[in-house]
Amino acid sequence: MLYREAGDFKTSYTADSQTFPIRFDRFAYYALLIAAFAVVPFVIDNYWVNAIFLPFLIYSIAAIGLNILVGYCGQVSLGTGGFMAVGAYACYKLMTSFPDVNIVFHIIISGGITAAVGVLFGLPSLRIKGFYLAVATLAAQFFLVWLFNRVPWFYNYSSSGQISAPTRTLFDVPITGSHTAPWAAYLFCLVFVVASALIARNLTRGMAGRKWMAIRDMDIAAEIIGVNPLKAKLSAFAVSSFFIGISGALFFAVYLGAVEVGEAFGIEKSFLVLFMVIIGGLGSIFGSFAGAAFLVLLPVLLKNVLVGGLGWPTDLASHLELVIVGALIIVFLVAEPHGLAQLWRITKEKLRLWPFPH
Amino acid sequence: MNHKLLTAVTATALVAGPALADLTIVDLSYRTGPYGANGVPFSDGYQDYFTLLNERDGGIGGEPIDLRECETGYNTEKGVECYESTRGDGDGALIYQPLSTGITYQLIPKASSDGIPMHTMGYGRTSAKNGAVFEWIFNYPANYWDGASHAITHIMEENGGDISGRKIALVYHNSAYGKEPIRTLEKLAEKHDFELMLQPVDHPGQEQKSQWLQIRRERPDNVIMYGWGVMNQVAIQEAVNIRYPMDQLIGIWWSGSENDVKSAGAAADGYKALTFHNLGSDYPIYDDLQEYVVDRGEAAGSGDQLGTVLYNRGMYAAMLAAEAVKTAQEMHDVSNINAEQMRDGMENLEMTEEKMADLGLPNFGPEFSVSCENHGGAGFGAVSQWDADAGEFELITDYFQSDQEIISELIEADSQQYAEENGIEPRC
Repeated sequence: MLYREAGDFKTSYTADSQTFPIRFDRFAYYALLIAAFAVVPFVIDNYWVNAIFLPFLIYSIAAIGLNILVGYCGQVSLGTGGFMAVGAYACYKLMTSFPDVNIVFHIIISGGITAAVGVLFGLPSLRIKGFYLAVATLAAQFFLVWLFNRVPWFYNYSSSGQISAPTRTLFDVPITGSHTAPWAAYLFCLVFVVASALIARNLTRGMAGRKWMAIRDMDIAAEIIGVNPLKAKLSAFAVSSFFIGISGALFFAVYLGAVEVGEAFGIEKSFLVLFMVIIGGLGSIFGSFAGAAFLVLLPVLLKNVLVGGLGWPTDLASHLELVIVGALIIVFLVAEPHGLAQLWRITKEKLRLWPFPH
Repeated sequence: MNHKLLTAVTATALVAGPALADLTIVDLSYRTGPYGANGVPFSDGYQDYFTLLNERDGGIGGEPIDLRECETGYNTEKGVECYESTRGDGDGALIYQPLSTGITYQLIPKASSDGIPMHTMGYGRTSAKNGAVFEWIFNYPANYWDGASHAITHIMEENGGDISGRKIALVYHNSAYGKEPIRTLEKLAEKHDFELMLQPVDHPGQEQKSQWLQIRRERPDNVIMYGWGVMNQVAIQEAVNIRYPMDQLIGIWWSGSENDVKSAGAAADGYKALTFHNLGSDYPIYDDLQEYVVDRGEAAGSGDQLGTVLYNRGMYAAMLAAEAVKTAQEMHDVSNINAEQMRDGMENLEMTEEKMADLGLPNFGPEFSVSCENHGGAGFGAVSQWDADAGEFELITDYFQSDQEIISELIEADSQQYAEENGIEPRC
C-alpha cells in the first residue's frame, strides 16, 4: 500500500540505480530535506540545538566517516576519538592563525589535515588485519591525545591547555562563539551533514566503494581481480578520516566551543562512534544516521522522561539510563545483527507487500 | 518547555511543571561516573543548605527556593545539555555552580552572553578573578593559583623561610584543572629559587605507578598534588607504598576529603591538604540541619555525608549564594530577583565574621569582599592535616594570604589575553 511500485517504471540506467528507486521513498527524502532546511530552523531554540540537533548531526558525520572505513572497507579502527581531536585542533590552529579566512575553509582544511594523519596511521593496515589493526589504531588514539596534551603549541600556550573557539562569521552571521544563534549553528552543521552524506553515498556506490567492498569481502580475491590494496585501503583511511576530521572540527568549534583533549576526545569517543556504526548497520549510510540518533537521542529522552517526567532522583535515572541503553543495544543486536539499517530494510520489504503478503 | 514536550510525547507522566516565580537555583551535580564519590557530598551539602532555608525560613527574604538538580557525570556534553535545559528564559536559573573546570570553560562564554552569573568556588578559570573582563563569572574566595602559593608559603614556614635549592614536585591531573597552577609555580620557583618537577597523571588517574616511581627515584623534598576523584586515593596509596613522608605531601583543597585518605588506612596519617573554609560539624547550624532537614527526611542523597569536608564545602557554596541573594534583594528592594540582580548581589557581597556567626557558622571561612575589579576575594586559605585515628581533617594553621604580587600579575596577563581574543572591553 504505502510502497506502491506499480507504474513506477525505470527507463534508463541512471533512473534505475538512483539512491531512492521507489517513488515514495524519494518523496519522503525530499520532504525531509525541505523540513530540515526550511521548517526546523524557524522553530528550534537553544535547548533543541545544543542538546539534540548539533550532537546528532555531528556524530552522524563521524559515523559516516567510520562506516566507510569499518563498514565498507572492513578495516577496524579504534582511533576515531584521536582523529576527531586532529580535526578540532587543526581547526583551532587555523582559526587563530588565519582569522581572516572563512570558517568554512578552516573546517574543510581541518578535514584534509585529518585525512593526511589518517593515511599515516593507516599504513600498518597494509601488513596487519582485523583485531591486530584495531590495536594499531588504538595506538593512534592514545598517541594523538597525548600529543595534544603534551605540546603547548597546539593549544597556543594557554595556561590551562583548553582550546576555545573565537567568534567567526559566515555572511556576517556568527557561526562559532557565544553569540551564535541556534538556527545558524544548526544550518551550518546541516549543510556539512548533507554534503558528507551525498559524497559518501556516491563514493560508496562508485568504483572507489566497490574496491573497498572487494577488499572487505576478501582481500586476496580483490587483489587477483586487479584491486590495488595499497590504494584502496589508504584511500578508505583518507576519506574516512576526512569526514571524522570535519566532525571533530564542528564538534569543537560549533557545538562545544571549548574542549580539553583528554575529556572530549578520549577512548570513550572512539567506542561511542564505533557502537553507532555497529548498531546503525555496517556498510550503510542510513545506518550511520540511525546509530547516531539511537546513541545521542535515547539518553536525552530517557533523562527527560525519568527526571523531568517522573521526577526520579538524578543519580538513579542516570544509572538506569546506562542499564536501559545497554539492554537495548543487546536486544537490537540479537534481533538483528546487521543493525538498525537492516531492520529498516526488512520493514520496507514487508511494507512493499502489505497488506497482501502472498 | 521542550523537554517537557518530549516527555508528553512518551505519555508516561502528566505531572505539572515546577512552580515559577521562585528563586531558581540549579545544582549541576555528578553522583555517577569516575568523580561521583566526590560529587555526592558536595551536592548533598549544597542542596541541604537550601532545603534548610526553605524549611526553616520559608526561603530567602520570604521567597521560596526552587532547587533543581541535573546530573552531568563530569561530562562536558551532558553539562551543556543540563545548562540548556535548566537555564530558562528571563525568570530562569539565578546561578550556576558546575563543580568542574571543564564544564566551566564551556559555560563561561555561554553564561556571559546569556547573562547568568556563575560561581566557580576554588576551581574554574583562575583569571576570572578579574571582574573587569569576566563580568558574569566569580571565583571567590580563593582560586587554583592562590592554592599553589599557599602550599609554597606553608613549605617555607616549615623550613624557616628558606626553600632555595629544594626540589618540589607537582603531581597533577593532566587536564585544564591540573595544568592551571604550573605557571604560578614556575614564577614562585624563580622567586624562591626552588626546583620544580612536573608529574602529569592522565584521566581518570587509576594508573600512577610510573609517576611515583619517578618520585621515588628523584626524591623531591615536597610533593604538591592537584587531583580529583579516584586519582587522589591512588596517589596517596602510591605515596604510602614508596614510604613518602606524609607530612611533606600537600594536596589542593580538591585532594583533601575523607574519601581520598581513608582507603590508605593508618598510613595516610599526617597527610596535608589546603582548604578555604573550616571543617567538622561543630557548628550551631548543624543542630538546625538535624532538626529541619535530616529529621524531616528531606536530606539530599542518602543523608550520610553531614560533616565531611566536601559536604561543608557544598554548604559553604550554598551559603555564599544565599548571602548574594540577600545582598541583591536589599540592593534592588525586590524579593524575587532575576539573574542580573543576582550578579549585582554577588559583586557587592561582603562576608564578615558577624554575618557568619549570625548564620550559625562562626569562623567558618575567611572574611572577604567582592568588587567590580575583584571577583575572586582576597585569596586566603589554610592548611589542614589528616588525623587517621580521629578520622578527620584538622586545621593546623590560620588563614593566610597568597602571594598577591605574583598572582595578580599573572591574572592581569591571562585575562587581557582572553579579552583580546574575544573582543571584550574591560568594564571598570
